[in-house]
Amino acid sequence: MDNYRAHVLVCCGTGCTSSSSAKIMDKLNELVKANGLENDCKIVKTGCFGLCAQGPIVVVKIGDQETMYYRVTVDDAEEIIKEHVVNGNVVDRLKETPNSDPTAFYSKQMRIALRNCGKINPDHIEEYIEHDGYKALGTILSEKRDPDAIIQELIDSGLRGRGGGGFPTGLKWKFASGNRGQGITKYVCCNADEGDPGAFMDRSILEGDPHSVIEAMAIAGYCIDAHQGYVYVRAEYPIAVERLGHAIEEAREKGWLGKNIQGSGFDFDLDIRLGAGAFVCGEETALMRSIEGKRGNPTPRPPFPAIKGLFGKPTILNNVETYANIPMIINKGAAWFASLGTEKSKGTKVFALGGKVNNVGLLEIPMGTTVREIVFDIGGGIPNGKAFKAVQTGGPSGGCIPASLLDTPIDYDNLVAVGSMMGSGGMIVMDEDTCMVDIAKFFLEFTVDESCGKCAPCRIGTKRMYEILTKITDGTGTLEDLQALEDVAVALKNGSLCALGQTAANPILSTLKHFREEYVEHVVDKKCRCGVCKNLLTYTIEKDNCFGCGMCAKACPAGAISKTDYTAPGKKLPAMEIDPSKCVKCGACMATCKFKAIVKK
Amino acid sequence: MSIIKMTPEEQSAKFEEVLSKFRGQGQKALMATLQQSQEIYGYLPLPVQRKVAEALDVSVAEVYGVVSFYSFFSLKPKGEYAFNVCLGTACYVKGSQALLDKIEASLGIKQGDVTEDTKFSISACRCVGACGLAPVVLVNDDVYGRLTPDEIPGIIAKYKEEA
Repeated sequence: MDNYRAHVLVCCGTGCTSSSSAKIMDKLNELVKANGLENDCKIVKTGCFGLCAQGPIVVVKIGDQETMYYRVTVDDAEEIIKEHVVNGNVVDRLKETPNSDPTAFYSKQMRIALRNCGKINPDHIEEYIEHDGYKALGTILSEKRDPDAIIQELIDSGLRGRGGGGFPTGLKWKFASGNRGQGITKYVCCNADEGDPGAFMDRSILEGDPHSVIEAMAIAGYCIDAHQGYVYVRAEYPIAVERLGHAIEEAREKGWLGKNIQGSGFDFDLDIRLGAGAFVCGEETALMRSIEGKRGNPTPRPPFPAIKGLFGKPTILNNVETYANIPMIINKGAAWFASLGTEKSKGTKVFALGGKVNNVGLLEIPMGTTVREIVFDIGGGIPNGKAFKAVQTGGPSGGCIPASLLDTPIDYDNLVAVGSMMGSGGMIVMDEDTCMVDIAKFFLEFTVDESCGKCAPCRIGTKRMYEILTKITDGTGTLEDLQALEDVAVALKNGSLCALGQTAANPILSTLKHFREEYVEHVVDKKCRCGVCKNLLTYTIEKDNCFGCGMCAKACPAGAISKTDYTAPGKKLPAMEIDPSKCVKCGACMATCKFKAIVKK
Repeated sequence: MSIIKMTPEEQSAKFEEVLSKFRGQGQKALMATLQQSQEIYGYLPLPVQRKVAEALDVSVAEVYGVVSFYSFFSLKPKGEYAFNVCLGTACYVKGSQALLDKIEASLGIKQGDVTEDTKFSISACRCVGACGLAPVVLVNDDVYGRLTPDEIPGIIAKYKEEA
């Protein structure tokens, strides 16, 4: 960073931007000017700090002292500048974080892929370079390193694909590295089509440190002799697209992309391709069809993309987070990386922690950290004193991990063993109020929507399973339906063309395994213990709280509410009651009752 | 995505610009052409698709196949104020379905539809990535986080005043 006495870092990730961090940034800049601090204090736009629950986050850095401010508003900007930057007094008021402990949030983390997020300005290539950026690529090019040796280094590091599947990255590169120097067109692609709902790891990396991905893709190009790369990124991520675009421009200007990179004779360029909201395009063959401008239908493998990929040419495709690790592995060596993590899963993993947990945010932990440490130490536990029920990983392809398995150390193989999967890194915490049948239905609704429809097991199977789950949540399910769910799930797993269908049943199978009693309750007792499944609820009027005003009866569209002959003590009019046989469970009565006398159970 | 207000003439001129930029590039330019066309019109009606097909020299069926495959492309116009409810997992477990129900009830239209006066439309999306603010509703580019259903009528009233 430049030689200013004070730096004020403002998080401009999507989460904080949504709560107006851009306006805070403008205000801070305005104040710096108004107070004549232009040579003294610099306002820096950064990527995600991680603790999104307490955003917008602003960090003041004076010398070695770093102070983090939470939930900052535009009106707080003046106090930060005048009190802290000018007078040197920390604004204690803005350091308070009700319900969460930032020290615990950061203590168990280790940042490799996120190393620069929240530290550097993603729009300034110089800041990346100051933090060892382009050092790996520079060294490789200047030493004219043997591509096979670099690939071997990656294999030795034990790096596995961070997009979900966990395939060894070095092997993927090796398969595509044949016939170098023979003028064969090859491509390097980056999967930034982060489709799992509740996952924002890749987006945060692109927003906070886009050059790390660009550098790694150029290294990949060097290793397999490819000269063109594509980053396939969701159109729903406008900030990430803009910063990546800017970073590519800057890299071209500074000679890190384009013809004859740094005078080495190696050519490599990058282009962005925008996705258009199809979850299946996270699958590698579908993604390549989409870059080609076609419907994102997966194609059978083999041939694998390493042999015949984009436009029919050998292609490697890695995920954003995978790429972000690579410059560090080159700089620090395979042995360093392999010393982190568990036996079969090396390094760290980024997770987006969300749902019913205090410290919602982005975190990076060494492999082998337990689910309990993430939810209760880093995540700060469950809000409002509720009980923990499950953690969902792997999005619509993953499953739910119950309380009994909280001590599972996280790595690729352990998560599969408990019926879930690593996925790209979404981690959603659920408390006692979350109905597991409803959650399974939620994911199935998603896969029904997102199934591309090409192969029958997926197209029909997901739909049938969704229908059965709807029956169960409507209260018309039978015990045979539970068996049918399991039967269809097996057919889906064995018969589907791509991973979307093969894993679509996981949310059902894992909830059936760990929360079967909830399914049985829905089917046999016609009850939803969490009060989520509308058709299994009954609305009742607590007669002793009822003033008999009759507003509920007027609101009821089904005419199910009538007067009783009971008048509660202290009330003037007789209480009302609901006829359950006429009630359509719309909830209109409950919404109109001023006295909160209507409850659903 | 926000809809830029343009007169029909401005729209046609802008659309011609996009078409000439990609003309003759074939299927590989299809996604980008459609994305930029949708930015102009807010949606992709059939006449637009026909012109895109002609410019890129691919069949209309191919264009329609791509438009109907991707959820980002819309065959229906959006309202002046487009409500977009996040139904990503993090928002869902925090009650975004109740927000969607409330918006539907308040505006009297269903998800995917537009009010008769074309002022409002409702859609749902899968994760905008603002999980720290869950549950989240977007109205055009304005983000409303940590919402409860009780706050919905106030938000709608605000836009009705503007409209």
